[in-house]
Amino acid sequence: MCTTCGCGNPDGPPGGHHHGDEGHDHAHDHDHGHAHDHEAETRRIAVEQAILAKNDAYAAANRALLAERAGLALNLVSSPGSGKTTLLVRTIAALGDDLAIAVIEGDQQTSQDADRIRATGVPAVQINTGKGCHLDAHMVGHAMEQLFVEAATGTDLPGSSGRVLGRAPQRTTGTPASPGLRASPNLPAPTRPPPPGRSGAVPLENGILFIENVGNLVCPAPFDLGEAHKVVILSVTEGEDKPLKYPDMFAAADLMVINKVDLLPYVEFDVARCVEYARRCNHAIEVLQLSATTGAGMDGWLAWLDRERRALLAERKAALQAKLSALDAELG
Amino acid sequence: MHEMSLAQGVVRILEEQAVAQRFTIVKTVWLELGALSHVEPEALAFCFEVVARDTVASEARLEILRTPGQGWCMACSQAIPVATRLDPCPHCGGYQIQVTAGDEMRVKELEVE
Repeated sequence: MCTTCGCGNPDGPPGGHHHGDEGHDHAHDHDHGHAHDHEAETRRIAVEQAILAKNDAYAAANRALLAERAGLALNLVSSPGSGKTTLLVRTIAALGDDLAIAVIEGDQQTSQDADRIRATGVPAVQINTGKGCHLDAHMVGHAMEQLFVEAATGTDLPGSSGRVLGRAPQRTTGTPASPGLRASPNLPAPTRPPPPGRSGAVPLENGILFIENVGNLVCPAPFDLGEAHKVVILSVTEGEDKPLKYPDMFAAADLMVINKVDLLPYVEFDVARCVEYARRCNHAIEVLQLSATTGAGMDGWLAWLDRERRALLAERKAALQAKLSALDAELG
Repeated sequence: MHEMSLAQGVVRILEEQAVAQRFTIVKTVWLELGALSHVEPEALAFCFEVVARDTVASEARLEILRTPGQGWCMACSQAIPVATRLDPCPHCGGYQIQVTAGDEMRVKELEVE
């Protein structure tokens, strides 16, 4: 099922793209052969096309779907082992009763992260990128379809540890912590099955979608997934000079979360210098310090989430009001 | 290595152009890569060679045009050259810089048959 791009779906929307070169038949009854030779003609063509134009188009589609279906979407980026999943588990524990939350997990292999998230009771979809080093907007579009449509219909995913999207061998490991994709307990169960496609129920209305990218401080930087913000997470065990070594990622992010601050007494990590380095490549970057393990500093993170979610909702409200005023004017 | 994805993006554009503009062989590709873009030109050139095999671009020569980075220093209220993301303003030494150009990654022009 793909209503994002129509791939793999014979009834997909027009304008959908093709994956690879599917075999197809031509209904030609004319001859392809040429009886004469052309002199190969060399010409120049102006193209002026962004290499990432396709990704950006998918990202725009994701953003439009998110505007319909969810509140805030965040793209969490970091090195492997910075504590992204632990931060998410603690965030869900703090907010999950009051707010709809869903998670898209990106890893090269395994569904362990999605299993950890699902154990908290919120829906999660795992994308395995195989040899890929980053998520792109197309993969995330598919994962969103799965979240929005299947969570809305209350469909449990086949297989005890949930479905894994991706190009890799879809091998999952470990004992599943909970049955596949399921809606958060705070979400109202749909009273009747919603129609297929984009008109289904809204499992994430005004809530938060977290997209946990593949642990990698380089490759995810140029890929827009449709998120409102990239959030870069840096743990104090990694060294304060990461922003100097990987400036592209810190330039692309709107918030830097310094994690594992409970370990500061045991490691050499100058927080002030780290912040200064980050602001060299991004003068506007916001900074929060916390420990997802002990919970220290979590209030600041939760307040940031609340502020950003409200800002986005206020923006949408203003847009709707403008539309309403225009309609009022039209009707006199 | 996201350069592999970018190289695939380039080849996809070339294949689409081949259909739209009716050509079968790409001889030269001019790529515009900003000094501040998220790409290593040599890595991209290497990946391009790999992914272009058995496509309209299998014989294509890659010409990479580097465009300079530019920014706006908010403290000085003036346009400045920006060579890297970590460069301070050449006038005030500060980092209140908004990048305004130099992160492009574009297929600019093709020579085809």
